[in-house]
Amino acid sequence: MAEIDLQKVQKHFGDFTAVRESSFTIRDGEFFVLLGPSGCGKTTTLRMIAGLELPTQGRILLDGEDVTYKRASQRDIGFVFQLFALYPHMKVRENIAFPLKCQSVGRTEIKHRVEEVARLLHIEHLLDRSVSGLSGGDSQRVALGRALVRRAKACMMDEPLGALDAEFRHLMCVELHALHQRIRGTTVYVTHDQTEALSMADRIAVMNHGVVVQIGSPQDIYDRPAAMHVAGFIGNPPMNFLPFRASIAAGQDSVELNGDPLRVPTLLEGSPEAELTLGVRPEHVSLVADGELRGQIFGLEYMGTMQVATIDTKHGRLKARIPTRQRVAVGENVGLRFDSERLVVFDAASGAALRSRLFEEQAHG
Amino acid sequence: MADVVVDRVTKRFGEVDANKDVELTIPTGEFVVLLGPTGAGKSTLLRLIAGLEKPDTGRISFDSVDVTLAPPAQRNVSVVFQQYSLYPHLSVFDNLAFPLRSPAHRVPEGEIKKRVEEVARLVRIDHKLANSATRLSGGEMQRVAIGRALVRRPAIYLMDEPLSSLDAKLRAELRVEIKNIQANLGATVLYVTHDQVEALTMASRIGIFEQGRLVQVGTPQEIYEQPANLYVAARLGMPAINLLPHDLLPADRIPGNTVTVGARTEHIDLIPASDGPAEVELVEYLGSEIYLHLRLGLYKIVTLVPPGRRWRTGERARVTLRSPLCFNAAGKLLAA
Repeated sequence: MAEIDLQKVQKHFGDFTAVRESSFTIRDGEFFVLLGPSGCGKTTTLRMIAGLELPTQGRILLDGEDVTYKRASQRDIGFVFQLFALYPHMKVRENIAFPLKCQSVGRTEIKHRVEEVARLLHIEHLLDRSVSGLSGGDSQRVALGRALVRRAKACMMDEPLGALDAEFRHLMCVELHALHQRIRGTTVYVTHDQTEALSMADRIAVMNHGVVVQIGSPQDIYDRPAAMHVAGFIGNPPMNFLPFRASIAAGQDSVELNGDPLRVPTLLEGSPEAELTLGVRPEHVSLVADGELRGQIFGLEYMGTMQVATIDTKHGRLKARIPTRQRVAVGENVGLRFDSERLVVFDAASGAALRSRLFEEQAHG
Repeated sequence: MADVVVDRVTKRFGEVDANKDVELTIPTGEFVVLLGPTGAGKSTLLRLIAGLEKPDTGRISFDSVDVTLAPPAQRNVSVVFQQYSLYPHLSVFDNLAFPLRSPAHRVPEGEIKKRVEEVARLVRIDHKLANSATRLSGGEMQRVAIGRALVRRPAIYLMDEPLSSLDAKLRAELRVEIKNIQANLGATVLYVTHDQVEALTMASRIGIFEQGRLVQVGTPQEIYEQPANLYVAARLGMPAINLLPHDLLPADRIPGNTVTVGARTEHIDLIPASDGPAEVELVEYLGSEIYLHLRLGLYKIVTLVPPGRRWRTGERARVTLRSPLCFNAAGKLLAA
């Protein structure tokens, strides 16, 4: 197991910049998720770490050793792709054993390690079955087994659950997470699914247009988004954005939202008069008889334990996660209250969050 | 618009009962969602109502007119499928106008223009009316396909997994939009899906299919809070309902003939206690909420907890149930 260090890594394909200069360290034993929309550079980053692409510039260190120009086969890295890519003519046992056979590991050692991995993945009973009759989930478990059996320094996973349906994907997330907590192998995991990222990652790197926008724990990324892109990409539903224009002085603890005064976490940096955006998570909006803001309910989505209300206000449309027992109706006029401790102010042009007390919490743990 | 009545319809494909004694009334203005896994029979019922299949026995009527054997064109239905089959050589405008220009529904061009523009605004594609249909994103194509169905005023709109091929974000947006368009038009809709979120959020009533039978029809709240049996209970809920033996956990009230207890988050009281019987196995952080996975002997319980308190793996807790759902040996819900 190993630490992976990316130093000023860039990748261009002709005129197209897939990854802009990025530097970050993936810690030993960490489950590190690269998250972003398609085309953001996350898969290219993973492929450079694996040795399937050469960076245009920069260095990649694996366990302190410069592997930038080493071939994939010389890097001691395991791989799992979205498409299971199992050998259809082989049994489960032979599929998992394959990487060890290639390394000329002894027979008893192979048997021992294959069975150990199979136990870990709960597929011992399938070892002597052909892979052709397996369900999607079992196929993916075999693919995982084949990556894990090598005990490589790190394991790369590129949307390994993308082909599974939603309910099953969630089940596999839980399994993968539990598995990682037991074996603690350095893992780099690429996905565009925020739920997978939040539920499994030790840390997430959110990417957009070839840039790593923010790196942090799931809770940091969720509670203290550094940019509108991060806040709008994550959350179910994602963060609401309400545009307004104002100037901000450092130390201010309220803003004027198009005439409505609103408390916010004390802002630690100012801004000359500019287009700004107030970010508020749907679970931090509550419906009250008299709120600082008013709106009309456009839609209600019953979800069992809770419901999502879509509300039109003079500042724009927003969503609120509210308890199911709160009875409201479409068309109803409602008051809104925001959890003032949790609001974020963004600069609309750059998308960057203005520093505030909210972000200080992170420093103090 | 019309009341659609399905009266004891059965449809067999070879040895398989795709629909068995199905009875369903869809009153004008209702949004009925059929929910069930692949192969449960929900699409077959939609196709029977569309006239794309003929039932073996039973009757289907629109506003008391028997249409059981009428071909699709005579039924006045609009269908939206998962695969948006747009005409690639036509513009967005002409795709939307197509149903109005068909010989069966001659509409003057002035009226067509008005209706197309109105529908384009509804599905938010009005800025791309002149585009070729092939130069649209997946989400835009599906909005055109939905718009093409909406441009007509049929007796009923039939939608078969119209959002399944779209990404999560767009799906969430279109859910609210379709529901709103339906409410504004007072349209009658039959919508087929295997996605419980779509069923819960869009339906005025949900019909649950199990192996060709319609096992329960009710409002989302009825189906969620009073599921007729274990099968229905397991279809809805995020996280899924915990089905446990009746004597595993202390509860306030359990009828005598209870065999299985169904516990959702709202039925579970959790108190951290070092001598508690349940152990936290996994804390699954999902941003706005946390899924707590607990181990209790042979059983596993998954419940939602608010992000306020930090739970840790290995921590122990006492679990009690408050008015859980109770099922008898046959899996039927027992009255509270």
